[in-house]
Amino acid sequence: MSNMEPSGGTVVLGYVPTALGEAALEAAITECRRRGSRLLVINSTRADRTVDPNYAFTDDVELLHATLGESGIEHEVRQFTSTMLASDDVIAAAEETGAELIVIGVRKRSPVGKMLMGSDSQRILLQADCNVLAVKA
Amino acid sequence: MLMEGFATAAQPIYLLYALFGVFIGTAVGVLPGIGPAMTVALLMPITYSLEPTAAMIVFAGIYYGGMYGGSTTSILLNTPGESASIVTALEGNKMAKAGRGAAALATAAIGSFVAGTIATVLLTFLAPVIVDFAINLGPVDFVALMVVAFLTIGALLGSSVLRGMASLALGLFIGLIGVDDTTAQQRYTFGFAGFTDGIDVVLVAVGLFAVGEALYVAARMRKGPIEVMGMGTSSGNSAKWMTKDDWKRSWKPWLRGTFIGFPIGTVPAGGADVSTFLSYAAERKLAKGENKKQFGRGAIEGVAGPEAANNAAAAGVLVPLLTLGIPTTATAAMMLTAFQRYQIQPGPLLMETNGALVWALIASLYIGNLMLLVLNLPLVGLWVKILQIPRPYLYAGILVFGALGAYSLNFALMDVGILLVIGVLGFFMRQYGYPVAPMVVAMILGPMFEVQLRRGLQISQNDVSALVSTPFTWVVYGALVLMFAASFFIKRAQKKMEALPVESIAEEAK
Repeated sequence: MSNMEPSGGTVVLGYVPTALGEAALEAAITECRRRGSRLLVINSTRADRTVDPNYAFTDDVELLHATLGESGIEHEVRQFTSTMLASDDVIAAAEETGAELIVIGVRKRSPVGKMLMGSDSQRILLQADCNVLAVKA
Repeated sequence: MLMEGFATAAQPIYLLYALFGVFIGTAVGVLPGIGPAMTVALLMPITYSLEPTAAMIVFAGIYYGGMYGGSTTSILLNTPGESASIVTALEGNKMAKAGRGAAALATAAIGSFVAGTIATVLLTFLAPVIVDFAINLGPVDFVALMVVAFLTIGALLGSSVLRGMASLALGLFIGLIGVDDTTAQQRYTFGFAGFTDGIDVVLVAVGLFAVGEALYVAARMRKGPIEVMGMGTSSGNSAKWMTKDDWKRSWKPWLRGTFIGFPIGTVPAGGADVSTFLSYAAERKLAKGENKKQFGRGAIEGVAGPEAANNAAAAGVLVPLLTLGIPTTATAAMMLTAFQRYQIQPGPLLMETNGALVWALIASLYIGNLMLLVLNLPLVGLWVKILQIPRPYLYAGILVFGALGAYSLNFALMDVGILLVIGVLGFFMRQYGYPVAPMVVAMILGPMFEVQLRRGLQISQNDVSALVSTPFTWVVYGALVLMFAASFFIKRAQKKMEALPVESIAEEAK
């Protein structure tokens, strides 16, 4: 892909340390290579619960950096405690960088399940200004 | 007697109540900041419609379950779910970090079971003996016992004697509000009709434990998340269960913990927390060679001993509660309140007048222990899931539940108002490091203390020296002096240990 000119654009990835998150990460890397853009990884928590399975700790972060380093693409990882929902953090980052694409992992759910449980992915799909790549694991 | 108790407690409906109790108990034990005392207080208005046996079985289940649940969070998260599990975090979390989480959880659960069962056996045999003795005790002797209970709860526990005593005094004061039993005078009612019946204990307990805690958490909500240690599955294919060596190293600490915990629970010297520190110190001293070096790096003895001790102490606390009617922990105080609500006065006569209830309760402890052992390990995943509940949801639920319960006491809005006022008070007490447990215990024990004190003084024609007139009172007051002397040394050792997990928690929370 090195023959391609870097577009200078940004791909934003909403990362969670699960199988779904890994799949999204892989897709985001492929996408960055194809477009020649840089990757911005967002992982945030509202810190309003004792255990948050979507927040990456030391081991996960190391693994994330290793994977990103191997891929050779230009990247940045932002990890922070936020007062907003994770979806809002991702959208805010996308707007700030003028991202060309957002990559997220999406769980399989029935329409009724969707009705009962609102989700971050739904909010991103509806509110984002750019294209969204919804990755299934 | 005990067999009759088993016959009652083994009825399917009571088994279900016991299951409900231990389930809720474990859940609240797992959650930091939410303990068995608060849960019993919250459930009290609901269980009003149940018959006494069912209610007491539920409460006993909650009490025991809380002891089991606390160890899970200590080991996997390094965040003690309640105070009796602080020590467990020392070695337990190190074990989990080393990939031996499953072994740590197993030794905690099995140790709790062993200790709980042995301690319940001790309770079974000890209780009738103490009752035989206690029946001869006069009012002055009870006054002496309650003085010990007040002072140990107020002064020995917690970090500051002054704050503990202030909280105790506040509880005594609130306990006085209402009509004086002897002279029918109104006291501290300030002309409010709503105060004439006194302030309900449930309002104070729910206000302090639930509303105060909820406000406190809301004030500093963004803490965490905390990393969960695995059970040890990530490195190998299956979780490393307790090995032969682990068993060999665990069984002695279990037994030692039991025999450290039970007596400490029995005397009003601070319930379960103190016993865990003593057990840990004992294990550390007794360990030899290689095992000794492991202390501080995940020694299984450091989990097995204290976990056994806290469960044995929990059973020990029931001895003075059921035989003398004297609670030595906040949870025991709430159980005493539950008894009073059913017009049952715990005391030496309890076993005679309500023998069936007491034996059913004791039998349910055996059953509850077995349930906890079976429930605990397979459901560890579920308990960790409970910790994923966002705190706003959790505490909103508790507040609604608490307010509803407060209203249902007398169907009076005033009670809800009192609840909120006490909740705000509880928040500031929490904020400035005043313990709330002495206040609740004092409020419950205070009126009983007053009755006995006045009875004793009436018998002696207001001669104050009567208060130290019997040999029993000499023994009790003498023991009190000894306890204070001993506590001085224990506290020093305890502080040293407490400094450890607190540091690591702070690190983790960053």
